[in-house]
Amino acid sequence: MLKDKDRIFKNLYNDMGSDVTSSIARGDWSDTKNLCEKGRDWIINEIKISELRGRGGAGFPTGLKWSFAPKEIGTKPHYLVINADESEPGTCKDRDILRFEPHKLIEGCLITSYAVNAHICYIYIRGEYFNEGKKLQEAIDEAYKKNLIGKNASGTGWDFDIYIHYGAGAYICGEETALLESLEGKKGQPRLKPPFPALIGLYGCPTIINNVETIAVIPTILKKGGKWFASLGKPKNTGTKIFCISGNVNNPCNVEEEMGIPLKNLIETHAGGVVGGWENLKAVIPGGSSMPLLPKKICDTITMDFDSLIKEKSGLGTAGIVVINKDQDIIKCMARIARFYKHESCGQCTPCREGSGWMWRMLERMSKGEASIDEVDMLMDVTKQIENHTICAFGEGSAWPVQGLLRHFKKEIKKRNNFSPIIDQGKNIPYLVDQHLLDKENA
Amino acid sequence: MSIKKISKEQPENFEFTSKNLETANKIIKKYPKGKQQSAIMALLYLVQSQNDNWIPLTAMKYVAKFLDMSYIKVYEVATFYSMYNLSPVGKHFIQICTTTPCMIRGAYKLVEACKEKISPNEKQLSKDKTCSWMEVECLGACVNAPMIQINNDYYEDLDKEKTLKIIDQILNGENPKPGSYRGRLNSEPENNRKTLMDIKNA
Repeated sequence: MLKDKDRIFKNLYNDMGSDVTSSIARGDWSDTKNLCEKGRDWIINEIKISELRGRGGAGFPTGLKWSFAPKEIGTKPHYLVINADESEPGTCKDRDILRFEPHKLIEGCLITSYAVNAHICYIYIRGEYFNEGKKLQEAIDEAYKKNLIGKNASGTGWDFDIYIHYGAGAYICGEETALLESLEGKKGQPRLKPPFPALIGLYGCPTIINNVETIAVIPTILKKGGKWFASLGKPKNTGTKIFCISGNVNNPCNVEEEMGIPLKNLIETHAGGVVGGWENLKAVIPGGSSMPLLPKKICDTITMDFDSLIKEKSGLGTAGIVVINKDQDIIKCMARIARFYKHESCGQCTPCREGSGWMWRMLERMSKGEASIDEVDMLMDVTKQIENHTICAFGEGSAWPVQGLLRHFKKEIKKRNNFSPIIDQGKNIPYLVDQHLLDKENA
Repeated sequence: MSIKKISKEQPENFEFTSKNLETANKIIKKYPKGKQQSAIMALLYLVQSQNDNWIPLTAMKYVAKFLDMSYIKVYEVATFYSMYNLSPVGKHFIQICTTTPCMIRGAYKLVEACKEKISPNEKQLSKDKTCSWMEVECLGACVNAPMIQINNDYYEDLDKEKTLKIIDQILNGENPKPGSYRGRLNSEPENNRKTLMDIKNA
């Protein structure tokens, strides 16, 4: 278990209060001016040494992302945008940072803005997090009052403003280019990449977009040193991470742990174990709903980091762990996730818009045993038609969980949906091949 | 994509109150000059809060003029995002998260509670027209599942009885306390917490 002294988010459960005085007592805002005076190259280099990877799901190296921003401000201003549009089912880590550690985020914003030459930062919070946004706004007001941000922020000579922008309940706005569209006052439909936002982003200006957790850990990394951060976890998968453990566990919770912790250890130590015991485990979704699920056999030994999960054809994603035990119907669970994606597709690309609905309807029928045996393979085909055929990664996000289900629980689906269409049974209605239509009257 | 029904009964006029007008002008200043379109989402919120939780068509036209953009662009935004209500939803608007992490912890029991207390169908106003409910996608409080959102507040760690009680209180004009209903501190483990104990006990 990670030692308390190595934990970055000491106020994760709000034991101490989130106001500026108690935040300063915890060590926030302690050395900001000196850190900035060491210069942009030092900051970016230190983050590269720490091997911090983005915490929003894709796991892109943060230092590398920052180095894509132009070195000098040209004719256009630079922007920093914080992605707080947390809506991935199973994930609720950013909410606690916004509520209870807002000063870590604000300090991180200042240092990052300094490193990427941005004077203005927008924090895009999902609309449902109204109270969390209010708390963050209070913290921002406090910081302005103490001159920690604003003109000559923290005495660094850098002018810096933060604004909050609320979303309005669109999952797709967590995709970085859709977020920019939304911030510009349009509907949130992703843009084609390239050009990447680091060169042409918000209002056509260079823009760096990072997740809340990524930015909130920056000040601590710089204060304790990149090497300290890199010493935690595994090589290439360094540091600590907030894990959200939900579903069929005895004590669902958020907890900060080292990267690379074994999944079983994590669930049993912090979440009080699976309801009904470890043997009652059916499957685990390891990184938010868009990552393929893992059956119990893999869960026994898997460690929670980017690379080990990729080897098992899944991913760490946002580290939102959803535990599903044997009391649940796994097909129904995945059908509900498919419904989520059908609801949240932005409708821009046809494979995703239509395919997400197809997958949902097929899975709903499969959960009731109303699908024919051929459809199980057909469903795999549908997921392959969506994957890699869309502008943004939403297509993969909706197809992967279904592929995971088919990869590990195909036998179970086939057992429940084992009849062949009538045409195979030799009945004399050759033009009717769709069994579920036959079953309904007036079809 | 969410399917939205636009109310058949529309008010004739809409205008910001003087206080909201001031807020709206403040919001526009957050964005660079000439990029006032960025303020549209916040302004539609403002409309919604002024107009009993829903946005009439006249208000969209009003906002379009206010931000110097075309009506269709406002309409696009208002219909795209699921949090803008385009028909009346009642003063108390209850949203139940039923996505998988909540579902496997019994979110559909909360739906039953709403069906009993408010209205048999979602998006249907209760008899006294002050309240309605709907199923929504993940609200981002998965470790506190199952949960509901009433207007801006989250009510967490619920079951059917607790939900019935909360709805009763809401209908009686009381303000039940938001947060966890199993007595735990935010998102900490309910029993056997092992981390940051020095701070908790300090």
